[in-house]
Amino acid sequence: MTVATPGSFEGPGLQPQGWLRYFSFSLDHKVIGLQYLVTGFLFYFLGGALAGVIRTELASPISDFVSRNTYNEVLTLHGTVMIFLWIVPVVNGAFGNYLIPFYVGARDMAFPRLNAVAFWLIPPAGLLLISSYFLAGGAAQSGWTAYPPLSLTTPALGQVIWILSVLLLGGSSIFGAINFIATILKLRRPGLKLMQLPMYCWAMLGTSILAVLSTPVLAGTLVLLSFDIIAHTGFFNPALGGNVVVYQHLFWFYSHPAVYIMVLPAFGLVSEILPVHARKPLFGYTTMVYSIMGIVVLGLIVWAHHMFTSGTPPWMRLFFTIATSFIAVPTGIKFFNWLATLWGGKLALNSAMLFSCAFIVNFVFGGITGVALAQVPFDIHVHDTYFVVGHFHYIVYGGTVFVIFASVYHWYPKFTGRMLNESLGRLHFLLTFIGFNLCFAPQHWLGLNGMPRRVAEYDPSFTTLNQVSSVGALLMALSTLPFLINVIMSAFNGKIAGDNPWKALTPEWLTSSPPPVENWTGPAPLVQHPYGYGEAVAALDLRSASGEQIWSGNQR
Amino acid sequence: MSTTTPGSASSALDASDQALAAPHAAGHSEEHVDARMFGLATFLVADAMTFAGFFAAYLTFRAVNPLPEGANFERELLLPTINTALLLVSSVTFHRAGSSLRRGESSACRNWLLLTVGLGALFLAGQMVEYFNLPFGLTDNLFASTFYALTGFHGLHVTLGVMCILIVWWQARAGGRLTRDEHFGLEAAELYWHFVDGIWVVLYGILYLL
Repeated sequence: MTVATPGSFEGPGLQPQGWLRYFSFSLDHKVIGLQYLVTGFLFYFLGGALAGVIRTELASPISDFVSRNTYNEVLTLHGTVMIFLWIVPVVNGAFGNYLIPFYVGARDMAFPRLNAVAFWLIPPAGLLLISSYFLAGGAAQSGWTAYPPLSLTTPALGQVIWILSVLLLGGSSIFGAINFIATILKLRRPGLKLMQLPMYCWAMLGTSILAVLSTPVLAGTLVLLSFDIIAHTGFFNPALGGNVVVYQHLFWFYSHPAVYIMVLPAFGLVSEILPVHARKPLFGYTTMVYSIMGIVVLGLIVWAHHMFTSGTPPWMRLFFTIATSFIAVPTGIKFFNWLATLWGGKLALNSAMLFSCAFIVNFVFGGITGVALAQVPFDIHVHDTYFVVGHFHYIVYGGTVFVIFASVYHWYPKFTGRMLNESLGRLHFLLTFIGFNLCFAPQHWLGLNGMPRRVAEYDPSFTTLNQVSSVGALLMALSTLPFLINVIMSAFNGKIAGDNPWKALTPEWLTSSPPPVENWTGPAPLVQHPYGYGEAVAALDLRSASGEQIWSGNQR
Repeated sequence: MSTTTPGSASSALDASDQALAAPHAAGHSEEHVDARMFGLATFLVADAMTFAGFFAAYLTFRAVNPLPEGANFERELLLPTINTALLLVSSVTFHRAGSSLRRGESSACRNWLLLTVGLGALFLAGQMVEYFNLPFGLTDNLFASTFYALTGFHGLHVTLGVMCILIVWWQARAGGRLTRDEHFGLEAAELYWHFVDGIWVVLYGILYLL
């Protein structure tokens, strides 16, 4: 890990070139984006291995694979790694850094150095978190939610390291968000209006607003929690007069928006991928923008639906049920817009498109169970059961992770200049889709029948469904093999992609693959119709024709 | 902190692209929008949300967790009120420092900055005196813990602010990097200082008057 000396920041020639720059304090947004992406995938494989431990343990009703304490540690690390080190950094940091400067017509982010700092907070935070597993007392055992009093009674060292690590990652997320907001609002190329931006910009603007408003609340809360552990204050310790429900309110004020921090960028990415491979304009651009902003506002006022069994008063239950149900409206608008984008299009069913379509299916299923969970009577029945685990994974895996894979298939040619192998891609998709549904669909049945989550043992009557789920997890683990072989082999042997293999109209395709250091050798193109697809597009010179001309058939 | 614009700071360039990297190269002026104040303001929104979380916690504790019998949460009023006045005056002196620099009077600017530092240091000293004289400690009861967490977190902000002003004071010397035309550092420190003062006014109302 080489970090450039401070003196070299100013000098253009002093930054490392070639492969070495990916290990450096590079200020290039494309390098930083790929740093986020590869680091994120390393943590994904780690978190996946931890999930493998969980599913192996749960293949039998008794605790036989690891000890109960180890199971708790593995469960906590799995959740924390997957959320804070894989999904949030990749879906925001990786694709955001790579794409946003292209989309606004800039040569880099607004604050390149802050950008590099935000990335370089992540590897130490991740190593810190993992290291706690090997220390005396082991890693934190209180789940990714770290609810007191559980987090106050489990071994202190692991919990404090967990807090430190999450604080670093929260800082990284806030710095990233400030950068995205400033880049989108302040660095737009002259002549480019807000309502002409590709949809991913809007998704990242909304996400960043959520991150700036809610992440600091989590940071402050975790500082108070660490005081409870280290200095024996009693903020959240009932034995000292404290209040555990206040922790839950503050925690979910961040962690519900965090779901949107994970899924809104995925909405944006899929809105970029679908029009390209369906050869049609994105349906309902304006409604899409307003529904993203609607989700941002509603996302901030629904947190207590995680707390229906925490003694919340009836008026609070009523309010949060209604507010949560309202989120189905903007989300539904987006869903129907995606369907309408596909409707009548010339679909290219390649890996990127298959993963995107599977996202729509999975996400709708997760969304429907989400609306169900917002209803108090139903929620009380399935609270803290595997139903919640199933719902959550349909949103973050079936939703976001599917989109991350779709995005890798879509943008890999831009990242590397080479195409991925399509057969391996489809094999990856097939294994992932079957494995995912096999793994998580049975968990809804388990939850409805009362199997509690986060426990290493269960009633033997749940054995069969748990074994089905574990087989699904095994398929998901196997599915990463064709993917890994594909991305590594294609980097050396893949078909040369050319500048614009998909004949796409968004600005990142209107430059070479991979792009030059400052994105364009000439001036940045002014793309006012990023979704102007039509049938005659192959016949046109994309650099000189606007999307409107292509779509209306009004060729020059 | 660099005085170069963000656009040029990004120049991790090939030698062949040097022409594009020149900070004020003709035809590329659109890339050098100065978003630094905007970025700082966004950061302060995030910082304000941290305080908002603490305030929400304190108010909820006050509303639903009555103190047990015999618990002591008696605060002073005189010293914090004087401290409030000190901070408000320091906002005015900082503003005068800024206007002096914009008029090109850098020695007047430096004097106003020193006065601001003095007021900030007095505030911190007053806070310490208050800490040593309060009848409750950090772990005595829930309100006491929250009191120290909130005032301590704010005191940390004031300390950072004082250090920033000292840096700005040094940079505003004759031949320093702060000039009449390039004074981002001073404006940033000023915005931050006003923010810290504003937070204190809210904190004073909630912690001492309520």
